Amino acid sequence: MNKLVTKKKIMLPVTAVMLLALGVAGCSNDDEADNNDDNNDNTPTLSGTINEAGSTTVQPLAEKLAAAFKVLYPNVNVVIGGGGSSVGVKSATDGTVEIGAVSRELKDTETGLTKYLLAKDGIAIVVHPDNTAVANLTVDQVRDIFSGVITNWSQVGGPDKAIHVMAREEGSGTRTAFEELVMGEDVRIVANAVLQNSNGALKTALAGDKDAIGFISFGYIDSSVKALSINGIAATSENGKNGTYPIIRPLYFLTKGTPSELVQAFLDYCMSDAVQQIITEEGYLSVN
Amino acid sequence: MPRYFTDKLAKYGVLITALVSILVLLAIAVFIIQGGLPLFSAVNPFDFLFGQSWSPTYDEYGILSMIVGSLLVTLGSMVIAVPLGIACAILLAEVAPQRVRNLLRPAVELLVGIPSVVYGLVGIMVIVPAIRNLGGTGYSVLAAVLVLSIMVLPTIISISEDSLRAVPRTYRDGSLALGASQWQTIWHVLLPAARSGVGASIVLGMGRAIGETMAMIMVIGNAVIIPTSPLDPARTLTGNIAVEINYAAGLHENALFATGLVLLILILILNSLATLALKRGEQHA
Repeated sequence: MNKLVTKKKIMLPVTAVMLLALGVAGCSNDDEADNNDDNNDNTPTLSGTINEAGSTTVQPLAEKLAAAFKVLYPNVNVVIGGGGSSVGVKSATDGTVEIGAVSRELKDTETGLTKYLLAKDGIAIVVHPDNTAVANLTVDQVRDIFSGVITNWSQVGGPDKAIHVMAREEGSGTRTAFEELVMGEDVRIVANAVLQNSNGALKTALAGDKDAIGFISFGYIDSSVKALSINGIAATSENGKNGTYPIIRPLYFLTKGTPSELVQAFLDYCMSDAVQQIITEEGYLSVN
Repeated sequence: MPRYFTDKLAKYGVLITALVSILVLLAIAVFIIQGGLPLFSAVNPFDFLFGQSWSPTYDEYGILSMIVGSLLVTLGSMVIAVPLGIACAILLAEVAPQRVRNLLRPAVELLVGIPSVVYGLVGIMVIVPAIRNLGGTGYSVLAAVLVLSIMVLPTIISISEDSLRAVPRTYRDGSLALGASQWQTIWHVLLPAARSGVGASIVLGMGRAIGETMAMIMVIGNAVIIPTSPLDPARTLTGNIAVEINYAAGLHENALFATGLVLLILILILNSLATLALKRGEQHA
């Protein structure tokens, strides 16, 4: 008898909450249709959805570009995803998304894709802000640290603590670019490095560990981590643009074959002068 | 006649449902074998199972480190969760007053339903920084074992408690009437009588432990090494698949399917061992 009453008491509020959730979810898409009238007569009204996925380095920049594009074309929805550069290549090749993003050069095995240079980006070698003793490393020192030759901070001028190496997963474009530019072909990142699967995750993990060292994109540098200068060159956008900072890699958008009119419009917008300020503001290096 | 028809309908309906379940299981097995078998034309199965180096960029596929990681983490969490879980079940079923039980039992049942990501989050926010004070990065086998123990405990507790409660009152009353103390009754009469249920809870807990993916990725560090201390990072078989499947292509993808196959076989072996151990225990009793 008790169970019946309890069931009835729960059913009503549960049903109400479910209906409310459905209503909210259903309502959110209607705004696009209403804005049609606000658009002026000169620009052709583009509409549709563009899916993007891939590099977590490109992700914050792509989100800003998508938001700026939506201001111009309110009926276009650009959905930005992450997953890492190799996810970008695979998704673009499989057709899961219209645009894939990578933060490295394409490999020889990755064929059939057209690449569009979006910007360039530096890879910063970062440590915890409390690690005040170490402010500069040479490329050789970085390679030795990440390959396990140097294992203690005291060997590079820091306190007597073991170095905790943090790296990205193998599919990461940031990792691949780092391996190409710093480690070289024959030297591998040490096997007991703790792996995180995005720029953001690595930054968060590093911000919690005083003895850690890792690598993230310039676009992710903030006050929670400290970027080291490499070979005496500070990790700033200026040094990135003038070519003195040694660890720079390209950021590409990829499409398979010829993109549709909608996708081409978005790509043209991303390559145009109008967005170069957005790119620089976000901490990336503009190429136009 | 209508009643006979309903009987037949029910019987065949249930039969079809059971067959569908078995078919789905078979389909999964076939799918995984199909995906994993192409690996072995390029890689020796022995090298695959006992190789210590996993590096798809260099075409190295050896999962020994992951097998060791999975086993260590599962057994470690079982060692912690089984005694604690059964003890808590005994507490809830036999010892605790009704008010305590009314508080604890719903809490335990709630814990069973919490998604593993939440446990992983708690692991990252609380357990990993705490272990960092002991040494290493905090992302370690120890962190994984602790998180997994907390995840597996509610399963063991709720099922063991149910099976203890299902033991007929006459066993309890008879034992007490013969002069045994409460603990003697619990240990020598009730637990053996509830053996199959408690055993089932352990097998289920072990299954959840070895299959856990999300929480493991978040706290174990995902390093492809054979851990030599609880403070070392490691990687589980499940973590291996989850971290890399999004972008794996070609031989790499086949290697991940083969990892899944090894995982299935491992679960089969562990389950069979556990069931065998229980059956043998029953024979002695």
